[in-house]
Amino acid sequence: MALLSTTAVLLGKELRTEFRSRELLTTTVVFILIVIVLFSFTFEPTSDESRRIGPGLLWLAFLFAASLMLQPCFLREQNNDTLSALRLSVSDPFAIFLAKLAANTLFLLLTELFLLPFFALMYNVPVVGVLHWLVLVFVLGSLGISIAGTALSAISAQARMRELLLPLLMLPLLTPILVASTEVTKGLLDRAPYVQWKGIGFLAIYDMVFLTALWLFGEYLLEE
Amino acid sequence: MVKNVLASVAVFLLLGAAAYASFFIAPTDVKQGLIYRILFLHVASAWTGLTAFFISFIANVLYVLRRQRRWDCLGVASGEVGLAFTTAVLVTGPIWAHPVWGIWWTWDARLTSTFVLWLLYVSYLLLRTLIEEPDRRALLSALFGIFAFLDVPLVFGSIRWWRTQHPQPVIMGGPGSGLDPLMYKVLFFSWFAMLALMTLLLRQRYRLEAMRGDLETMQHELEAV
Repeated sequence: MALLSTTAVLLGKELRTEFRSRELLTTTVVFILIVIVLFSFTFEPTSDESRRIGPGLLWLAFLFAASLMLQPCFLREQNNDTLSALRLSVSDPFAIFLAKLAANTLFLLLTELFLLPFFALMYNVPVVGVLHWLVLVFVLGSLGISIAGTALSAISAQARMRELLLPLLMLPLLTPILVASTEVTKGLLDRAPYVQWKGIGFLAIYDMVFLTALWLFGEYLLEE
Repeated sequence: MVKNVLASVAVFLLLGAAAYASFFIAPTDVKQGLIYRILFLHVASAWTGLTAFFISFIANVLYVLRRQRRWDCLGVASGEVGLAFTTAVLVTGPIWAHPVWGIWWTWDARLTSTFVLWLLYVSYLLLRTLIEEPDRRALLSALFGIFAFLDVPLVFGSIRWWRTQHPQPVIMGGPGSGLDPLMYKVLFFSWFAMLALMTLLLRQRYRLEAMRGDLETMQHELEAV
């Protein structure tokens, strides 16, 4: 219980920091929008092609955006010298990770939901009928991206060339998420939409595995 | 020094014997002909690479828990050696695939997961070059190594489920698959030879890393004086 209440307080801090400036959200939204538009007019997909390659492009855009969005996660603490204070004030370092990954998941989810109509419009795919399923995939996928990404941004923040390093560490590690979310989304955007339970289960398993790893090893990531 | 030379000669002889067995003792495949013989190099390297990565994973976990420098040295040494063997796998694979499948590369489960595995360990080694402070470098790269290794079964599972155009596994596959008993023997002998090579490389690389660590410590002490 103590863990949850600490996490809630820290999550409040993360959200306040972001919503004061909203710089992370706005830049990420614009970034994904640019990527989606560029993909769209580079390939000029027909409706059938959109259904085939659209989901992959969408998730690639999300993944690239996340690798940028997660940069400041620990860097901001480090630049402001607040990481030590944060660690001293919290008994369980896992709470810091939980709060950060919850905030990151929320930010990612917000941008994804905001951009979904643009995607549907530009790629001519109907999304209204399967919206609740899409939201489920977005939640599970973003959670996976955030769990692994938050852990890795704690690593990359302590290295040189950190801006380049994070995508390098993150993208291969997130291949399973990319493949699974793309396939589930593809099923949902099909002419006869269907739900791939296998993929949804897989995403849940990925999230669980990395959440457990973070719970076991997270404290070492923040060692001084 | 003498021990090193003797060990190297022994490994060299073993590899030679494995090569001889692969070319002249194992029977020729009915369908694929000669080209299948690359299997003894390819599969043996793959198993050896995975063994090295597993050693690296264990060393990484032990470093995080115990903080002794030898586990860091073992982690990086086996990561690098594993990467070398995996590179051999990725090179020999297409050489076989082109005549047999008609294509150099396909995104099938084992190819893709091997490639992602390769990328992950490249990132692992790259990460090490980007952190100055030895203890921090050891700890953070060990943690990344642990995450990377955990990712491997997930990568394999995801691609096996959704990108399935690959032939069924021949070894430990379903009924009707499997190798000629003599081929098995040659394969396991090749693996043994490769493991010997791995051990030799690992030992050398471990000692090099340990020496580098000593040098770093001495340099720090010198600067302090």
